[in-house]
Amino acid sequence: MTAKIAYDEVEVGTELPAGTFPVTRATLVRYAGASGDFNPIHWNEKFAVEVGLPDVIAHGMFTMAEAIRVVTDWAGDPAAVVEYGVRFTKPVVVPNDGVGAVIEVSAKVAAKLDDRQVRVDLTATSAGQKVLGMSRAVVRLA
Amino acid sequence: MALDQSFVGRTYPPTPAYEVGREKIREFAEAIGDANPAYTDAEAAKELGHPDVIAPPTFVFAITFKAAGQVIEDPQLGLDYSRVVHGDQKFAYTRPVRAGDRLSVTSTIEAIKSLAGNDILDIRGEVHDETGEHVVTAWTKLVSRAPEEA
Repeated sequence: MTAKIAYDEVEVGTELPAGTFPVTRATLVRYAGASGDFNPIHWNEKFAVEVGLPDVIAHGMFTMAEAIRVVTDWAGDPAAVVEYGVRFTKPVVVPNDGVGAVIEVSAKVAAKLDDRQVRVDLTATSAGQKVLGMSRAVVRLA
Repeated sequence: MALDQSFVGRTYPPTPAYEVGREKIREFAEAIGDANPAYTDAEAAKELGHPDVIAPPTFVFAITFKAAGQVIEDPQLGLDYSRVVHGDQKFAYTRPVRAGDRLSVTSTIEAIKSLAGNDILDIRGEVHDETGEHVVTAWTKLVSRAPEEA
């Protein structure tokens, strides 16, 4: 494990470079195939509406995968992530309009822990709504 | 209907090994749009100290969730999967998943709660490699929404 960020160089409040992640219907079909999650709420509008959703929604695990990219891009080595947890608070709604949705992720160092580890708190929003809650990673730095 | 509390603590048999392939990792990395070379280039991964390409942090969910199917589809537990949504997800890693791993998952029901008619199920999946070493633990909270009033 070889993080490119040094523990001594970060402080509580240090902001990580933010990320913007577009998601279209095609993204969701591709993610369904790669992840094996073929729940029709992620690709079938008729089905999604029938079960009470406003439209097709992104896989929660897709949003979780995008959010941690802010941390792995910062740390350099993805293995620097030693813990990662989220709560799925609101769905990312993905309309079939050729544009789709955007997930915006920001993150900052919330605590310095023992063993050169820091806790990073993440914020993920789409269409102005928070889509993840309690989104935290523990990261081991150099 | 509230789930049977006596299932709390129940552990299911370890799953048959899932072999992690380089191209499956590549497919997953491309699906999430992540160009980190540690996922696709063995040399880049080696420069970071890994014996082969590693998987993105959430890749392992596909394996642990499939294993959780033993719990979700357990007819004795009686969960109504058509009403289930994913509440929380957490991972704790001993090391990253990497190409060539043969991973087995042992699922345990950690908690069952009933809140406002919703059934809440916490499943822990312990992932070990073929030498028996711990790789990652996944905690998955599933919420089975109460049926709407007729």
